Amino acid sequence: MKKAICSVLFLTLILATLTGCGSSAGAKNAISTDGSTSMEKVIGALGEKYQIDNPGISFSYNPTGSGSGIAAVAEGRCDIGLSSRDLKDEEKKQGLIETPVAYDGISIIVNPSNPVKNLTLEQINKIYTGKIKNWKEVGGKNIRIVLVGREAGSGTRDGFESITKTAGACDYREELTSTGDVITTVSSNPGAVGYASMASVKDSVKEISVGGVDPSEKAVKDGSYVVQRPFMLITKKGVKLSKTAQSFFNYITSKDANKIISDMGAVPAA
Amino acid sequence: MNNKKKIMEDLIHGIFLILGLITVGCVFLITVYLIISGVPAIRKIGIINFLFGTKWASTAQDPKYGILPFILTSIYGTAGAIILGVPVGFFTAVYLSKVAPSKMRQIVSFIVNMLAGIPSVVYGLVGMMVLVPGIRKLFNIPDGASLFAAIIVLSIMILPSIISVSMTALDAVPRDYEDASLALGANEIETYFRVSVPAARSGIAAAVVLGVGRAIGEAMAVMMVSGNAAKMPSLFQSVRFLTTAVASEMSYSAGLQRQALFSIALVLFLFIMLINATLNFFMKKGDVH
Repeated sequence: MKKAICSVLFLTLILATLTGCGSSAGAKNAISTDGSTSMEKVIGALGEKYQIDNPGISFSYNPTGSGSGIAAVAEGRCDIGLSSRDLKDEEKKQGLIETPVAYDGISIIVNPSNPVKNLTLEQINKIYTGKIKNWKEVGGKNIRIVLVGREAGSGTRDGFESITKTAGACDYREELTSTGDVITTVSSNPGAVGYASMASVKDSVKEISVGGVDPSEKAVKDGSYVVQRPFMLITKKGVKLSKTAQSFFNYITSKDANKIISDMGAVPAA
Repeated sequence: MNNKKKIMEDLIHGIFLILGLITVGCVFLITVYLIISGVPAIRKIGIINFLFGTKWASTAQDPKYGILPFILTSIYGTAGAIILGVPVGFFTAVYLSKVAPSKMRQIVSFIVNMLAGIPSVVYGLVGMMVLVPGIRKLFNIPDGASLFAAIIVLSIMILPSIISVSMTALDAVPRDYEDASLALGANEIETYFRVSVPAARSGIAAAVVLGVGRAIGEAMAVMMVSGNAAKMPSLFQSVRFLTTAVASEMSYSAGLQRQALFSIALVLFLFIMLINATLNFFMKKGDVH
């Protein structure tokens, strides 16, 4: 008797847990996006605008990071994945497709007290690989350079390292897990140098020009500012987007979305 | 009538059993999950390369997954916190339990409990804003985020558990022991350190082990002050702990990198199990006493 009651209760418990995990992907009138934290501002603004223009539609964005967003699309947990790096070969093999929506400039930032104004890409490479160790070697004060960067797997780090050709060779002093942490650390250490998404740089740090070109939207668009990376929309081959998600996708990759993307500090791809 | 009562009784028994099983089930699930998701990467990398490899470069072209730097950092960091934290905590506990007037004891205990209630992210924040720049200026080094900063934060974080557990042990020493010692002509300080402390030693040992457990498992606060570079540990260099190795890379990880992070979690889990076993050992010993 006791056993029977127990097993019935146990079954109910299991059923209750299982039915709790429904999938939100593909729901009608809902768009779910998942991925890069660097794309938060851009995708958030686009989603907001789309919701205002199309009442009754619910838009969700889950800021998990490029890798998680790509995995979410591959597993069908969201409609559109967001990645701030190109897909890797093993990810393309899973049938994933990338569509650029915007480009993001990566700013090289130093402490405001640092007199250095300009670095070449080669100097940045030498600084981050530890060949240049003191600011006086690039025209600054006699202070040791402190390299601040992001954790392995971060889209910003991947973008920065692939552009400066320092992948895997960076001799970081600090590896921090968010753009905000990088900015805070650089703003409090006179010897520090770091990198951050152009859109999120604040006045508490100083942006450096690369090869004589200041980081600006115009310079990113015409390609003269070289430290930049794509913002990608990730979808899966053979999986048809819901009508709502497809219309959102078309909207943000069209010229209509350009103004919002530029307002958020990124450069539209359309 | 009687039968109805019995069904009711059985039903309630069943509900309690299930509630109890939920806890056991959670521990069981976590253990099984960690083993299942942690073992594949260790097999792929090789246990020797994994545990004793000195280089961690999880996203490099030719990835390296050696976690010896993390293991050593966790051990050094915990040892450092114990070396700094235990003397302070121990003497505070002796003072509060034996010497302090009751008003003083109330106030200080209250503050110690408040210290235990501060969220670890707050410790990290204060460490990041005050301690890290302070260490940079004081020791005139390029950057203050280091093993040393983490040790200081950890040693403060383990104080409450060391103080309160030691205090409980010292309070439990029978008054007769101390009276006997005093009657034989020993003064009060002699009595506390020669009689009370030895009598409470298993409880104090348990306090230290509890502190070790707290220090080795802390992630948030040390992540904010230690710099997180995956290098072999050195006191004034940026270091990465077992906990922060998992926490800092998990959000963007993929493939073997993610599996390796689970393996790190498994190693950490084994460490904590070992510490818990030690704790149980001391507690049991205390009971026999």
